[in-house]
Parts: sequence; C-alpha cells; structure tokens
Amino acid sequence: MAEQEVAPAPATEEKPSSSAVDRWVGGLVLLGGLWLFAVRFIKTLGRPPYEFKEIIRQLNAIGFRSLSLVTVVGVVIGAVLTMQSRPTMIKFGAEAFIPAMVAISVMRELSPVLISVILGGRVGAGIGAELGSMRASEQIDAMEVAALDPYKLLVFTRVVACMIALPVLTIYADLLALVGSWVVEKIEAGMTLNHFITSVVNSVEFSDYLPGIVKTIFFGFTIGIVGCYEGYNSSGGTEGVGRSATDAAVTSSLLIIVLDVLFVKITLMLWPS
Amino acid sequence: MSLFHHHKKEVHPDSGPLLHIDRVSISFDRPVLRDVSFQVRHGETVALMGKSGTGKSVLLKLIVGLLKPNAGKVVYRDRDVTTMNEGQLLALRSEMGFLFQGAALFDSMTVGQNLELFLVKHTELSAPEREQKILETLDIVGLRDAVDKMPSELSGGMKKRAGLARSIVIEPDLMLYDEPTTGLDPLTAASIAEEIVSLQQRLGIASLVVTHDLPTAFTVADRAVVLNEGFVVFDGTLNDFVSSNDPFLREYLSASQLDRARHDKIIKAIEQHSAPQEVTV
Repeated sequence: MAEQEVAPAPATEEKPSSSAVDRWVGGLVLLGGLWLFAVRFIKTLGRPPYEFKEIIRQLNAIGFRSLSLVTVVGVVIGAVLTMQSRPTMIKFGAEAFIPAMVAISVMRELSPVLISVILGGRVGAGIGAELGSMRASEQIDAMEVAALDPYKLLVFTRVVACMIALPVLTIYADLLALVGSWVVEKIEAGMTLNHFITSVVNSVEFSDYLPGIVKTIFFGFTIGIVGCYEGYNSSGGTEGVGRSATDAAVTSSLLIIVLDVLFVKITLMLWPS
Repeated sequence: MSLFHHHKKEVHPDSGPLLHIDRVSISFDRPVLRDVSFQVRHGETVALMGKSGTGKSVLLKLIVGLLKPNAGKVVYRDRDVTTMNEGQLLALRSEMGFLFQGAALFDSMTVGQNLELFLVKHTELSAPEREQKILETLDIVGLRDAVDKMPSELSGGMKKRAGLARSIVIEPDLMLYDEPTTGLDPLTAASIAEEIVSLQQRLGIASLVVTHDLPTAFTVADRAVVLNEGFVVFDGTLNDFVSSNDPFLREYLSASQLDRARHDKIIKAIEQHSAPQEVTV
C-alpha cells in the first residue's frame, strides 16, 4: 500500500489575547446596553398612560403559567432541606429547631434565588424568543412605523409583570416549602401541623422574610430587562431568535446570582443580628 | 399580445413631489445606497426595482425614519425626514402606510385588533365607529370574515391582505409596499397586485412599491426606478424601461420575461388539461 503523504498541519496563528479581549469588550457592551435599557425603563415609568391590559396579559403568561413549576420547586425545596438536615440536627439534639431552620433558610435565600434562577430560564428565554421573533418578522418595525412605542408596549409591560410576578411566586413557593417540610416532619417524627406552625411563627422575624421578598422585585426587573434586551436587539433571523433565548436565560441567571451577593451584604448591613 | 398588463392611472403632470429622495447614501459593512435621487408625485405609483440586496427595503426604512442616511436628504411634503426628532417622526408616520414583506401582523392579536390598535393611536373615533371602520376596511380587501381570526390562522395571501388593510385603515397619504407579492403563488400574487391597483383607484394615494417582480411592477406602477449596486440606473416610464438598451436593464427584463413565459406556459397547460373533453358514444 502506498504510503500516503501526510501534509504537515498548517501552523495556526494563535490569538488568545485577542479573543479574550473580544469577550471582555462584548461583556462590557452587553452591560452598557442593559444599563441604557434599564434607564429607559425608568424614563418610561414617568410617562403615563400605561398599557394595563397588556401588563395583565403578561402577568398571566409570566406568573400564572409558572405556577405548576413553582409548586413543584417549592414543595421539593422544603422537603429535601428537611430530609437532608434532619440527621445532623438530631445529632446535635436540635430536632425541635428544624421547622425554624427550614423557614429561615427558605425565606431568606433558597426560595428567592432558586425561584428567580428557574424563572430566569423559563421566562427570560420565553421573552427573548418572543421579542426576537417579533424583531425577525418586522413586527417591532411595524410598531415604530405605526407611531406606537414598542418599548412601552413590549418591554415596559413585560418588565413590570416580572417585577410583580416574582415576589408573589416567591411567597407562594415559601408557603409550599413549609408544607413540604411539615409533610416530612409528620412522616418522620409525627409532628402536628399546629406545632410546626407555632415553631415557625415564633422563630421567623421581619428581617427574615422582607429582604427575601424585596430582592425578588429586583430579580424580576433583571429577568425582564435581560430577556427584553436580548429579544429586542435580536439579529440574524431564526438563528438569532434561538441565540437571544439562550443568552437571555444564561445572562439573567448569572446576574441574579451575582446580584444576590450584593443583596445579602446590604441585608446584613441593615440587620446585623 | 403584451406579456404584461399595465394599468394606467391619471397623474397630474404639474403636481409637485410628495416625496423627494435627494442624493441619499448609506453604508453598513459596505455601501448600500449611493447618491440615490428620485421623486414620487401626488397620486403617482412608482415601482422601485432591482436585484436582491441592492438597498430597496433600506430605502423604505429611510423614508419612514427607521434608519438615518450617511448623506443626503429625504424630503416628505417639504419636511426633511432625516433631521426629525422622535416626536416629529411619530407624527410623520401617521401619514404613511407601510406593508411589510411578511405583513408583520401582531401575532398576539386578532386581525380586527391589529387594525384597531392603529385606529386607537391615530384617530379620535369612538369604539362603535372604530368597529365600523375596521369592517369597512376589511371589506375592501375581502377579509370581512377574518376579523376575529388570529394571524396564525391565515394563509400567506390573507396575511398580506390583512397587512394591507392595517396599512390603509388610517387613510395614509403615501403607501410604501415592501415586496408585496414575494413568497406568494403566481395567482395570489396577481390578485394582491390587482388589490393594490384597486386601492389606488379608490383612495388616490401615492405609492412606492418595492419589488423585483416585473409583472407586479407593470400591473401597479406608473413609473419605475431601478437600482443596481446602490445606484439609480433607470428612472422613467415603464415603456421607456421596456425599450431601454441599457445592458443591465435588458438582462433584468429578459430574466423576468423568461419567468413569466414559463408561468404562462404552465397556466396554459393547466387550462388545456381541465378543458371539458368531447365525449364520443
């Protein structure tokens, strides 16, 4: 068999620094764009009338249609946390503190962040894809041509709906997590509902649930702004729509986690105990 | 027999320009429009033709102020569109109708709601008056029964008609059509072109029709402007266009006539096939 002559692989010109710079520049451009988009939201806030009908429609699409997902996540958070912590708590003779521990963990951190990240995927990607396809099919251009304000009609309404839906869904998830936790306690230790509720009410304070709820308003704002920004500025037809949806989910989840660090720091400054 | 049916409409020879594109240039990653100039007079229909990617749709977006040129002016009713602020542009756009290539109907609204949104924004009509106006407009394009349908329930041709209805419901002074017959079968395309002519006769509005479809241009237009490589290579009557000796125009025409001849051949074959056969006993 004739020996095949293998041509040496052409030396590729490596430019790691250039691609890294491109990525940084891209990240900065994205943050700048998001900032301008957020500033525009605040400006729009001062320009009534608002599209209440569209806000309610979006509340249904973003909030009501996420209920089943939030229900499952809420119950699972409470049940799993109780099951995981129970052996350790028993070891330290702190079994009686399980309801309080679960309630505080869920209300302060787990529920707001988990629900926001999960909805960042579902809602953020949905908004990114919807507005992206509206951009691709020239519907956003058609609004501008018709002297309608697409930002006010499409972006403002969705961001407001996210800011309303997120705290409500988080409170709902908090309650379901407690239900999940009680069910585990009932099965494992035969704890009565009355005992569980008394234990939670006596241990949870204002500073435990308020910051968790307030930060979800900002997380909702983040999901709405990122989803809308990615969709509104989509380009490249159907491929661009898919890219907008993915970028919206990834960016909003990342920003929620980063912002959470900031909110925890602020909470600890306001309520040091 | 001519391959094309040219509808003639009276245009007053002394009527001044409604729209004046004055030495407009725009570039993106490459030059798209270069020193483009032409006019559209009151009541006149101009077909803007050229190959794909030659800047026809870009020009429409410049006219409504969705894009700004790098150089030149777009003057509508003696007002320079290129220097208008957002508020002035919103007012300007209420005087223009725009039929997008894909109709661009709002997916989440019914056909009726699509039209109503424009009426709410641009008119002071009461709810019953708006309803009447919507039905009247849908009647014009033959879509009265589709008032409660969602865009996803409509065929391509019906979407175009619904988009047309939405564009004319506010009674614009200038209609801009972006490839109104692209993506449609030849018969639906012909019916849309006839619809455009019928609308112009009824409403007497000026129109700029972007198309690369020669039969559509000959059906609807009084005059043609042809772009090539971003330059205007022809501005004149359709008869002058047909008789031009410019190599590009000859090539453009012959390619279109070839398509048309194929289309006519197919239609003829279908007609022969479906003709009643003589039955011998």
